[in-house]
Amino acid sequence: MPIRRRDFLKLSGAAALLPWPRLSRAADVASLYDLPRFGNARILHMTDTHAQLKPVYFREPSVNIGIGAMAGQPPHLVAKAFLARFGISPDSAEAYAFTCVDFEKSAPRFGRLGGFAHLKTLIDRLRGDVGEKGAMLLDGGDLWQGTGQANEAHGADMVEAANLLGIEAMTGHWEFTYGEAALRDNLARFKGEFLAQNVFLTEEAAFNDAKAFDPASGRVFKPAMIKEIGGHRVAVIGQAFPYVPIAHPKRFTPDWTFGIHDAELQKLVQGMRDYDRVDAVILLSHNGMDVDLKLASRVTGIDIILGGHTHDAVPQPIPVKNAAGTTLVTNAGSNGKFLGVLDLELAKGKVGGVRYRLLPVFSELLKPDPAMATLIERTREPHGAWFDKIATSDRLLYRRGNFSGPMDQLICDALRSGLDAEIALSPGFRWGTTALSGDALTMEDVLAETAVTYPETYVQGMTGADIKAVLEDVCDNLFNPDPYYQQGGDMVRTGGLSYACTPTESTGRRISELRLDDGAPLEANKRYKVAGWASVNAQAGKPVWDVLANYLRSGKAAPTRGSGVTLKGVDGNPGIAQPT
Amino acid sequence: MNFSIEKFSATRRLVLQGTGAVALFGLGGLAAPPARAAANDKYPEEAFKLKTDKDAIQALYGRTAEASDKVKLDAPEIAENGAVVPISVTTTLENVTSISFLVTGNPNALAASYAIPEGTVPGVANRLKMQQTSNVIAIVDAGGKLYSATKEVKVTVGGCGG
Repeated sequence: MPIRRRDFLKLSGAAALLPWPRLSRAADVASLYDLPRFGNARILHMTDTHAQLKPVYFREPSVNIGIGAMAGQPPHLVAKAFLARFGISPDSAEAYAFTCVDFEKSAPRFGRLGGFAHLKTLIDRLRGDVGEKGAMLLDGGDLWQGTGQANEAHGADMVEAANLLGIEAMTGHWEFTYGEAALRDNLARFKGEFLAQNVFLTEEAAFNDAKAFDPASGRVFKPAMIKEIGGHRVAVIGQAFPYVPIAHPKRFTPDWTFGIHDAELQKLVQGMRDYDRVDAVILLSHNGMDVDLKLASRVTGIDIILGGHTHDAVPQPIPVKNAAGTTLVTNAGSNGKFLGVLDLELAKGKVGGVRYRLLPVFSELLKPDPAMATLIERTREPHGAWFDKIATSDRLLYRRGNFSGPMDQLICDALRSGLDAEIALSPGFRWGTTALSGDALTMEDVLAETAVTYPETYVQGMTGADIKAVLEDVCDNLFNPDPYYQQGGDMVRTGGLSYACTPTESTGRRISELRLDDGAPLEANKRYKVAGWASVNAQAGKPVWDVLANYLRSGKAAPTRGSGVTLKGVDGNPGIAQPT
Repeated sequence: MNFSIEKFSATRRLVLQGTGAVALFGLGGLAAPPARAAANDKYPEEAFKLKTDKDAIQALYGRTAEASDKVKLDAPEIAENGAVVPISVTTTLENVTSISFLVTGNPNALAASYAIPEGTVPGVANRLKMQQTSNVIAIVDAGGKLYSATKEVKVTVGGCGG
């Protein structure tokens, strides 16, 4: 791709304030990935790849509002405010990777990001730079879910890819939605460790002698491991997504109870410091960044939290002070777009120095690893029918954003049209890839937005009061001023229903001015026909991907429209992109 | 074998905790000789009928509680199932005679009250039914004074996790 390579070369000069070495003007653009030696231990961190084995387009959000103490703080910065905070030049490849700025202009120039064959090349190179004994590769979870093939294989394809990539430890979130049997099958084949300090047997399950890593504590999985890197002992503690049985159907994990459990975590950290004599403690977390920032202020003795879940690509670690020192908190984006590189200067019982880089994985700059490319092709091979074009995108289609995105508008339109409903509700997931205007859309693309183990659609009668209660409930998960009461994810998307939202209000008072498409106010006591999918209650309707595919095939997609959400009380919040 | 001892103790703990959301007042009294049971060891029917936490505490103890960090209340931030929310209390306070739980958002705030016989480790774990997101209050009666700890527990319809 000579044109794109030239783009990288041309832009390198403007990238003066990057947190990594400026792109070289010399012939070898890949010098982006030439890191000067630092320290004696290198920890590579990937997270929330959502099973995207092939490179993807993924537009970062233009709305990611923080309120209260979180207002204007990372990760709640978007677009130009983000670039200014991290010193990234607007017209750069990095601006394209980290923000939504000029996305449509930049996507064709800089190409797709991620892809496991490209990741493998980069990981091997970064490991090779420091030698096998000086590095470790960790995955923060949401590795097994996000594509049609991963969903069909219950993540088995991703275990193969993880083994070839050399992942040494991971924790989980969507992994749990395949249920215990599939999860254990996968873990039996996984060569690394699955770590989770915060998953316990329910009391009933413990009473019935359900399988646990440690029956005394009730911990279902190994909570932590110690690895010697660069001659020093590094503890890695796993923190799974704390709200699995709430955010997903409880039937997938009936025997397990989750939660944050920072008191248990504190005991674990203290034990590893006091008895295991570790030199560094890393928390491999799927809490989400706001939760990790709060946790870092309460739990002492953790050197670095390598975070995920909220899909925030944050170029620099955020230092958080606590009673015993400072903990660094990172979040490494999603969809394989980024690889976190944590270089540590380890000494006896302490971390002497830290260098962190969040490297965008530009697929144009990395030669795909042949073995991984072969594995990927082999796992894709049985799904040939999914790669046929079913429609051409007439607009930019993306999902990520607090309230709405064109992809979810399309899903809501498909639900209303296909299931003959006045109102549609669609979950505010943060995964799902981006398609450019003019791109061919395939079943693979449809599944990349919808592949979950509970895809069944439903149509039900709901009163206006019921609908408002749902919106308020989800909105509190997003904007509760205390991050421990947030679940991550974005606002439920609505079709056929517009509303105003005041994120700074208290629980139950954020949503107002609910109106149907025709402008009529939503009436509290009137019943409406509502369609949706991904309900935590068991449903029997056809899978949402068929509803969406049929709608796309019909060629009658409704034209794109505004978000239908009027924001109040957040003027000037840097978590909202300002018009250029 | 360590394993079997652990299993035994886990089972024992379960039995002691009891099940369900019912008020288990008087459980402690069963374990102790009647002569040493607390003076207020009568089923507090009136207190369980009252709507608000303030009224229930007043009816139960005739005093008001002060917040104390010596009362450790362990409750989830977000309940996995509002019908059975695991909530426990331990305390380093001495001479504990009673531990009670109140859920401010329930129709009747008082959820459970335990008499703690002399010489008993003051720790109670139980599961409470919660109608809606609200505060859970733990009251500890120790040395004739009332202490409390409060935590908000969210009861959510769920779904939509990233």
